[in-house]
Amino acid sequence: MNATRVSYTLESSLASVNKAEQTAAELAAKSGFDDDECGRISMAVREATVNAVLHGNHYEPGKRVTVYFESTPEALTIAVRDEGPGVDPKVLPDPLAPENLLKQSGRGIFLIRAFMDEVRFRTLDPGTELTMIKFVRGPHSAPGKEAHQ
Amino acid sequence: MTMKASSRKVDGVVIIDLSGRITLGEGAVVLRDTVKEISSRGEKKILLNLGDVTYIDSSGIGELVSAFTSVKNAGGELKLLNLTKKVHDLLQITKLYTVFDVQDSEASALAAFGR
Repeated sequence: MNATRVSYTLESSLASVNKAEQTAAELAAKSGFDDDECGRISMAVREATVNAVLHGNHYEPGKRVTVYFESTPEALTIAVRDEGPGVDPKVLPDPLAPENLLKQSGRGIFLIRAFMDEVRFRTLDPGTELTMIKFVRGPHSAPGKEAHQ
Repeated sequence: MTMKASSRKVDGVVIIDLSGRITLGEGAVVLRDTVKEISSRGEKKILLNLGDVTYIDSSGIGELVSAFTSVKNAGGELKLLNLTKKVHDLLQITKLYTVFDVQDSEASALAAFGR
């Protein structure tokens, strides 16, 4: 099976967010996704990396963000790992709830779930790994499928 | 591409023409500072022209929401003009399309402020 694997260990900075987003857009295009899908994938990766840099590592210079890409003929998989205190995705507020609709933040993971076929969270020690999968020919499983390990 | 903002006043409405990316960091800050500065002058009718905005992330959406609520809380109105398909889709997904008054032309937007 042909697979392309790329991994970056990045500083906790906005430059890293842009690097991850740019790489995702390039790999998504090479994987055969159309322009709209490439935009959604790169935005999901941007949001995941923002969460890692901002909410996970709090921009701390000593903490790193690792972004792993794997492209196969079937799917593009991206894993974003931080060294922060961890997050429980089950307790995140619903940004579509009327009481949250006008809140300034809280839409990042919602958009990731909307744009990718599978989203998984894994608790590390320390940190969180968020894995996102987009299948080349549409979802192979129920939309929004998610696991927390 | 960084974000740029310029403003002009037409028929009592301040139109802010935005271009580039509204994302975490510089773009979101430019939007926040521009709306804040215009509101501080007592302007109550603000129209954000997003026709040349190429990209918005969740932080940019948050800044749009924040601008909307801060202008509204000051007794004013903030409307959106010329959404690209990407921005339109994002506002649909996040259920914000019905929160904002979205206009397709400057003329209709200016008229909407008068209603």
